[in-house]
Amino acid sequence: MAISSDDVLHVARLANLSLSDDEVARMSEQLSGILGHVDALAALDLEGVPPTAHALEVENVTRPDRARPSWPRDEVLANAPAAQDGAFRVPPTS
Amino acid sequence: MTPDTLGLTAEGCVALLDAGDVSCVELVDAYLARIEQQDGDLNCYLRTRADAAREEAARFDREGRSGLQGVPIALKDILCVRGEETTAGSRILEGHRPLYDAGVVTRVRAAGLIPLGKTNMDEFAMGSSTEHSAFGTTHNPWDARMVPGGSSGGSAAAVAAGLAPLALGTDTGGSIRQPAALCGVVGMKPTYGAVSRHGLIAFGSSLDQIGPFALTVRDAALALQVIAGRDHCDSTSVELPEPIAVPEGDDLGGVTIGVPTDLLAQGVEPGVREAFDRSLEHVQHLGASVREITLPTAVHALPAYYLIAPAEASANLARFDGVRYGLRLEESGDTVAEMYGRTRSSGFGAEVKRRIMLGTYVLSAGYYDAYYGTAQRVRTLIRREFDQAFADVDLIATPASPTVAFPIGERIDDPWAMYACDLLTVPVNLAGLPGISLPCGLSDGLPVGLQLIGSAFSENRILAAAHALEGAIGFDPVPAAMRGAG
Repeated sequence: MAISSDDVLHVARLANLSLSDDEVARMSEQLSGILGHVDALAALDLEGVPPTAHALEVENVTRPDRARPSWPRDEVLANAPAAQDGAFRVPPTS
Repeated sequence: MTPDTLGLTAEGCVALLDAGDVSCVELVDAYLARIEQQDGDLNCYLRTRADAAREEAARFDREGRSGLQGVPIALKDILCVRGEETTAGSRILEGHRPLYDAGVVTRVRAAGLIPLGKTNMDEFAMGSSTEHSAFGTTHNPWDARMVPGGSSGGSAAAVAAGLAPLALGTDTGGSIRQPAALCGVVGMKPTYGAVSRHGLIAFGSSLDQIGPFALTVRDAALALQVIAGRDHCDSTSVELPEPIAVPEGDDLGGVTIGVPTDLLAQGVEPGVREAFDRSLEHVQHLGASVREITLPTAVHALPAYYLIAPAEASANLARFDGVRYGLRLEESGDTVAEMYGRTRSSGFGAEVKRRIMLGTYVLSAGYYDAYYGTAQRVRTLIRREFDQAFADVDLIATPASPTVAFPIGERIDDPWAMYACDLLTVPVNLAGLPGISLPCGLSDGLPVGLQLIGSAFSENRILAAAHALEGAIGFDPVPAAMRGAG
């Protein structure tokens, strides 16, 4: 399956990546190559086979709903590139 | 006394400490000195924690110790350590100091093991050679021109080179077993759920599992005893049905080992095949029977894995956006979306971007069923195939890697050639099973790894067989190139 430059740009937007023109060209070639190997799966008979999301099924794991202290705000914000008034600071959304 | 750390096992460390031949500080200092001497060339460690390690050792010298207390260990830099830089081999996390210890780090500390530092790795554990680290590649102690394997290449090479008696790594598609094979050490991926993933920076959450590297199978069992068990911070972790036992026996009487002929026909190089066949002779001499089996869908595990793992990665890595931790790149007038794009494009390396793109593509509208859905169905067939196989055999044997260590640079520009390193290891992750790689000989002077795979939670059976085989094979894990090198 060939992945065009337009496909790459669309997916890059979904993934929040800004790619250079070189990267777009290389990505288009490499993703097409990788998906070429994947096409072999189409030959398998998967009729009626359910999907597996987790190899070992563990369901409805719960613990007592008890309040506990969370992380101190100052420690959390110490890792942030920018903080202001006790919150993460980000640029305008538009 | 200053002990020679090259070839020194964890059990050897314990014997020296118990006998009072060395103090904990002397032992830690011996490892730090060897790291100082050798690691400039090898690049196994991204950073050491010399002062903290010495302090922890001094406390045991003052207050007394027992068991594994005072034995050093190396930690892959994907495991969070409270207040100490943890980067997952990525520029995007440079300077990041986690708020908490990973579950395994808590257990390592409780056991009194002393972390020496954080080891090098392919960025976010994506790679099979450690060349995708943002901080330079690690060199193979057997031949510095060769890769150590990956993604836990720093941990594997550190144990092989005498820079730590034990190390922890993570294995999503082979990232413990393949570097263990290429560096001539023992590496074990436990059953999915046997070890907590809390504080492991996630790559593929349904596949990731933490496990030990060691010079011997018994050492690997000791390390696994420390880290295994349920953790309330990881709801997929479980208590093992039986505790991990340190193996002692030396025969394989009554054991049946399956050899999947179709999987082995997929491009195993001749030297690896020869070493593998010789270990099957040992298997039979030890009293086990060998039976040919087939795993017809496991042959297709590689493409299924390279849909599922990138899909999970693309979701997991969405959290790195320049807001809460790590790198931020921003120009004046940027919107938040522009800041995200700028930060992620500059902070992630080429392989990570490739996998995010691949994963996002296969999950995107119109392609989800054709790619991700198909891969998940293939995963079901692979699980069933293993279940059927384990109705007839106790363990399955394959080489851990189709090749020995390859030259640095050889596969870096060919993604599929790099992915093909994982041919024999990814089926095990897709099925959530335990597997070990133990060194079984040399080909062209480079180590070959034998992989033993068991049914879910059969760690003790795998360890017992691996220990018996290790004795029969008699592999010397000290790299020839390192003998006499200080």
